Amino acid sequence: MIEPAIAATSGGSQQRRMQAALLRYLPLLLLALVWEAGARSGLISTLALPPLSTVAAAWIDLLKDGELVSNGAASLWRAGAGLALAIVIGAALGIFMAWWRPVNVLLSPLVEVFYPMPKSALIPVTVLWLGFGNGSKILLIFLGCMLPVTIGAFNGARSSEQALVWSARSMGANRLRMLWDVVVPSAMPELLNGIRTALALSFILLVSSELIAAREGLGYLIGFLGASGTYDAMFAVVLTVALLGFIADRIYLVLMQRMLRWRE
Amino acid sequence: MPGGPLAELARGPSAYRWLRTAGTGFARVSSLVALAVAWELAARSGAFTPFMLPALSAVLERIWSDLVAGDLVLNTGVTLYRAFTGFLIGAVAGIALGMGISRNRFTHWFFDPIISVGFPMPKIAFLPVVMLWLGVYDISKITMIAVEAVFPVVTATIIGIRGVERELLWSARNMGATERELLWQIALPAALPQIITGLQVALPIALIVAIVTEMFMGGYGLGGAMNTASRFADSRGVFAGIVEIAVIGYALVKGVMLVRRRLLLWHQEALAPSTV
Repeated sequence: MIEPAIAATSGGSQQRRMQAALLRYLPLLLLALVWEAGARSGLISTLALPPLSTVAAAWIDLLKDGELVSNGAASLWRAGAGLALAIVIGAALGIFMAWWRPVNVLLSPLVEVFYPMPKSALIPVTVLWLGFGNGSKILLIFLGCMLPVTIGAFNGARSSEQALVWSARSMGANRLRMLWDVVVPSAMPELLNGIRTALALSFILLVSSELIAAREGLGYLIGFLGASGTYDAMFAVVLTVALLGFIADRIYLVLMQRMLRWRE
Repeated sequence: MPGGPLAELARGPSAYRWLRTAGTGFARVSSLVALAVAWELAARSGAFTPFMLPALSAVLERIWSDLVAGDLVLNTGVTLYRAFTGFLIGAVAGIALGMGISRNRFTHWFFDPIISVGFPMPKIAFLPVVMLWLGVYDISKITMIAVEAVFPVVTATIIGIRGVERELLWSARNMGATERELLWQIALPAALPQIITGLQVALPIALIVAIVTEMFMGGYGLGGAMNTASRFADSRGVFAGIVEIAVIGYALVKGVMLVRRRLLLWHQEALAPSTV
């Protein structure tokens, strides 16, 4: 991830910071202008690329008639539920694998075989099992996002410093106490990175499964609008999904930094 | 798999090592065998309908007949062709762009916000747009794959080049290296571990996207075949597709790991105990 290159200087005034941000995001503004100009001038057919202003108008229409909200809520519920399950179960699994060798010996071959599996292959099966509704999407996102979390937790827990474990033990901590007080915190950084991967993956799986087999949700809306030829609205939803993914990642980054503040 | 779980076992005293390797090898195979047996038994027990869960033997039979008929080879070939072409385009473009961004102020100014906004986006949402522009054949699929593959490679290249030790650059410059030589002979090789890590992230993504695009657009390819099977409620075909895709994904990831080891023989990471 590229962090802001032109970080606002500590002594800089509000205005200077604004200017720096403007300069930094100017290329995106330029792209938007080129889009608008290209579509308006007739250089690019408006069928292939509706002008940005039309797309914005379509977005407001979608928002007003509630399509965007209802489908967006369905999508976010699926992604959220699947991801939450994946985080809880995946993290527990990874930490237990690092903590207890028999679990590791039993499960690591399975993890190793299923981790590289392209998770999109599971879309038809989840549909076969649970139909077109929420269940199949939640199951898919859970299955797809669990292993990155597991591996993050495993690697993090395994790398917990022996010295810390030893001193905790010498101070009389029992195994369970140690798991919670030493192993889990030291697994945190890698675990949180694993969750970030899972977050990105959850959006990919959500959109692909909704594009392929769903009756509501933002992915479904994109496919539906595309098939009916209302391209300005389709672009509006595509941009909404992309933006949601971006915003989710940014929020997560802020949370992650806050959660890791106790480390030096 | 980053940092394999069984790495620590290899570090035991040498007398036990062989026994341990054999023991863990057995344990590893046995848990996979147990899974296969459990699948077969669950399917035969009657708890699930053959539609929900066809027996493993039936699925293997189906894979075999696909293989004999030549469908499997054709579909796998088509999928791999798309995934690899898109991956290669994404890799070359990503490394070039990463080098440009690290070295050139203007390129950095222009592409940095685009990449930092584009990286966390679910770019797969643009699939219908790409289809609208480029049709339903190979070009649109490969484009989508390349677009998804380029981002991890760019970011890894930038991080890699940024992390090159300054002493290395200073001494090269001191010995009279030009900026161009510095980039090609010092910065790029020193950044290679990071770049390869980026490629290792990008390749599975390429395969995921290849399969999604095929499922979405239909036609030849493993994803297309699964889509057809699912439309005709042919659950054996669906499960056969999963097994095939899982095997291919595993082989690809292992292959890249071998390539990594070969390419980085000179690097100190090669001295580290081999990870699973």
